[in-house]
Amino acid sequence: MQEASIIRIAPPPQPGYFKRTLGALFATPLNAIVTLICLWLFWLVLKGSYGWLIARMVTEGGSTACRAGNGFCLPFFQAKLRFLIFGVYPYEEHWRAGSAMLLFLAGLGISMIPRFWGRWLLVLWTGIVVASFVLISGGIFGLKPIETSQWSGLPLSLILTTVGLALGFPLGVILALARASNLPAIRVLAIVFIEVVRGVPLISILFMASVMLPLFMPTGLTVDKLLRAQIAIIIFAAAYIAEAVRGGLQAIPRGQHEAAGALGLHYWQAMRQIILPQAIKIVIPPLVNISIGFFQDTTLVTIIGLLDFLSTIRAAMTDPEWIGAAVLEGYLFAAFVYLVFSYSMGAYSRYLERRLRTGHD
Amino acid sequence: MKKIKGLKWVVGLGLAAGMAAVSVAPANAQATLDTVKKRGKVRCGVAPTSPGFSFADDKGVRRGFDIDICRAVSAAVFGDPDKVEHVPLNTNVRFQALQSGEIDILSRQTTWTFSRDNSLGLDFGPVVFYDGQGIMVTSKLGVKSAGELSSAAVCVLPGTTTQQNLEDYFRPRKIKYESVVFENTDEWRNAYFNGRCDALTTDRSDLASVRAIAQDPAAHVILPETISKEPLAPVIRQNDANWKDIVSWSVFALFAAEEMKMTQANVDTFLKSQDPEIQRMMGVNGDLGKMLGLDAKWAYNVIKGVGNYAEVFDRNVGPNTKLGLSRGPNKLWTEGGLLYSPPFR
Amino acid sequence: MRHVAGRATRLFYDLRFRAIFYQVLAVGAVILVGLYLFSNVSRKLAEQNIVTGFDFLWREAGFVISQTLIDYKPTDSYAWALVTGIINTIWVSILGVIFSTLIGLVVGVARLSKNPLLAFLAFLFVEALRNVPLLLYLFFWYALIVTTLPPVREAWEIVPSVFISNSGFTIPSLNWSPAHSVVLGALILGGFLAIFVRRKLIAQRVETGVERVLWPWTALALLVPVALAILIAQPDFAINFPEKGRFRLTGGAHLKPEFTALLIGLTLSAAASNAETIRSGILSVRKGQWEASRSLGLDDRQALRLVVLPQALRVIIPPMTSAYLSLFKNSSLAIAIGYPDLVMVANTTMNQTGQAIEGIAIFMLVYLGLSITISLIMNWYNGRVALKER
Repeated sequence: MQEASIIRIAPPPQPGYFKRTLGALFATPLNAIVTLICLWLFWLVLKGSYGWLIARMVTEGGSTACRAGNGFCLPFFQAKLRFLIFGVYPYEEHWRAGSAMLLFLAGLGISMIPRFWGRWLLVLWTGIVVASFVLISGGIFGLKPIETSQWSGLPLSLILTTVGLALGFPLGVILALARASNLPAIRVLAIVFIEVVRGVPLISILFMASVMLPLFMPTGLTVDKLLRAQIAIIIFAAAYIAEAVRGGLQAIPRGQHEAAGALGLHYWQAMRQIILPQAIKIVIPPLVNISIGFFQDTTLVTIIGLLDFLSTIRAAMTDPEWIGAAVLEGYLFAAFVYLVFSYSMGAYSRYLERRLRTGHD
Repeated sequence: MKKIKGLKWVVGLGLAAGMAAVSVAPANAQATLDTVKKRGKVRCGVAPTSPGFSFADDKGVRRGFDIDICRAVSAAVFGDPDKVEHVPLNTNVRFQALQSGEIDILSRQTTWTFSRDNSLGLDFGPVVFYDGQGIMVTSKLGVKSAGELSSAAVCVLPGTTTQQNLEDYFRPRKIKYESVVFENTDEWRNAYFNGRCDALTTDRSDLASVRAIAQDPAAHVILPETISKEPLAPVIRQNDANWKDIVSWSVFALFAAEEMKMTQANVDTFLKSQDPEIQRMMGVNGDLGKMLGLDAKWAYNVIKGVGNYAEVFDRNVGPNTKLGLSRGPNKLWTEGGLLYSPPFR
Repeated sequence: MRHVAGRATRLFYDLRFRAIFYQVLAVGAVILVGLYLFSNVSRKLAEQNIVTGFDFLWREAGFVISQTLIDYKPTDSYAWALVTGIINTIWVSILGVIFSTLIGLVVGVARLSKNPLLAFLAFLFVEALRNVPLLLYLFFWYALIVTTLPPVREAWEIVPSVFISNSGFTIPSLNWSPAHSVVLGALILGGFLAIFVRRKLIAQRVETGVERVLWPWTALALLVPVALAILIAQPDFAINFPEKGRFRLTGGAHLKPEFTALLIGLTLSAAASNAETIRSGILSVRKGQWEASRSLGLDDRQALRLVVLPQALRVIIPPMTSAYLSLFKNSSLAIAIGYPDLVMVANTTMNQTGQAIEGIAIFMLVYLGLSITISLIMNWYNGRVALKER
């Protein structure tokens, strides 16, 4: 034995996959304890969710059965699923909000593919926004007009997010440029705006838009409530996007500015053709993260009385018929939808980060 | 250069879409009626969810007592009860929405108080629901009166008069209590059901609705004390007397109809009535409608659209609903209640 | 005519003129819009007889604030109620910052653990928290506390005189008096003194190379002020035990569920983002640093504490600052679950007085002021840990 091991010069055989994993799991006593605790936790969660979701699922009988039972309440979703998604949008017209939502998602899907990046995306999005606006609000093409106070549920959350980001983006870029400007007055204005907006909570801006803004309008002019919330979100998004873009601008070496100047490009030409395309490319991952954050932050509009996705679900949970019957179900459904959206966007952001890192330098 | 042109086109289109989204409605402070007529809808501020008073049913249609008040006004103005745009408002923004002209009426279980009437630039219509603040406890506690609640925790809603009423009631009686405040009625209700608080306080009508949806309604008692007066009334802006009259008389028409035994179903027979007051009210005779700037048959439309007060009450909050409220003081004056319509003369 | 136009054009192409022109234009536009809005609002308020001004601040508030750190009674003014709210906001934010940093550190390191199960668990923690709105979590935590724990009359007594119920966590407490505040002040002073003494001693050790035991001196610096304070102020150490009353537990200190739910929500969401920040901070330290410290004979934990973390801090501080700021700003969501923070108190005030503009202005200014303060403190700290080029 001894001799054999001396003779053999090849490296010792790599432990197999099984052994490697086992080694990582039980290398030291501490590690072993940690492993056991983790396994125990996973087991608890699995057991609990199996029992609740499958073994004890309540499949029939209304709210009384759900209150009495101790499992997942299927009747709640059977009765309320469309309300959970579309809220108080007129029942017969749900297809309109639904197809607008599909349009949005399709647009989102297309813009996530780097091969399609380009100016025509802008055209596409304009088309999508106009089409979904027509679909949801109606009033032409024989569609029944529907007031903004009836826009609710998941479509409302998506509208607030996408429109907020789409309009916040150009505003944010302008603010970032203003903040990097060498004209002191403009720089100061931009800094004050950005820092004030970033220094206060979103709900205070929403409060301001919903309570104060109407008083600041001239007599005889009222701005729609939803639009006011939307403006608040645009302003808020613009300030955060501006900070992200500023980071990108700072990362562009001075030489680029100088080279653009040497080519005889004036400020706007230089920015549009040389600086911004590079700067924005750098900050795409943080921008995606900001988007995820804003999708979640739209839940705050419930505080000024708009029925976004989360508050629609809470409204369904507090229908006198269903009160106390499906608390966990409601929250889990909401959490699940948010998780799916945000996680896929997050995964996309990580993919982009990797792609941009290798594609550059 | 061509590229830039394309871009400009896109930007222009986007701007146009944006402009379309800005629904700017003129709202002359002096003539709400004109604005409403031009718009073709009454904008009505309501509670987002309040069982029996304002809630969305399974199909998302708003129903409730407060909703019917708005529908009555819409019927008076347009002859159609459904020309209402409901604007759900939380308590914290309701008065500003009215002040700024965003809504035409606030019908949101709002208590008429001196300071609201005199410092907010608002006016109150006739009281549509006489309520009072009460306290509910679990019967298990064996509490018989509010005086025994020393050191108890009480769940209250903020921004309403209830918080101050509670303090006004307990302080002179030297009763110490813990108040647990919720912005949201669901949290507030569930906190009480789960024993986070020993007592729940709000308007008695609301307490009844909370008790109605409890798993075991018999396990809760509403204490005998009524610790405040809560006259709930629709609210309008102060500077438009005509609009105030329209709202007030639409409500009075509901009272009068009950008094005259008119209902949604039989109102047509009253068109042929020989009673001179009914004739004036129905617009068969006289020009009451014109005085308000409305159609002659405005009151007929109100009754045809939403029914009389009793029907509105029973449909939304009455004994056969989940809330199961009895009329209490909200009976006609002829039956010992407080509802009293001035004569249609 | 053409001549004049030509001169104007030439002037317009003058860079300096253009710079001034644009700035005047921007500032002018901002001022004009501001004036316009101001005139609108003042006309509207006057037209509709709406009361304005900050006089309401001195009126009696007349509402109860259920959780206060300072002495507040409903007979106090609105101004004092708002101060109480501000202090509540700061209190929950400070605790949130401390706990989220600790949890973030643990989870961030666990994400990098060689144990795949632990790393996966940490990954689940981070993703579950980052991808679901905080507001949903707040509702959820609150519902969880209130529905799963027993009502106060059936409170669990986990150790004698310590109760857990859905009305919170109750422990025995001291009857707080000014004398106790003096002792607390002395303890804080002692803490600073101890840090100072320890620094001096370490500096001395570095200079002279003489090994000395540090801890007795440090402990002395910590305890002497406290001992003195106890001797001078003579606080009363009578303990107030909670007892079951007819409705509630009376006496003792209470940790209310509203506060707990808010703190858990804020802490966990900030902890998730801190964990990611700390993880990427640690990853940003080059592998060579680990190898070098191992070759110096440091074990993994020492290497992390002495070599890697100090370097990672530079990368970590700026994103942590924004995480702390958003924690602070998110504390305004307290309004959803009933913890009386600044926004909630201001909201009640606005509802009772109807003076929304003033109320919103107050809380925006307070948030802005505190945000700027936090930024300044963190920037100062960042400046201290930043790479010093030598």
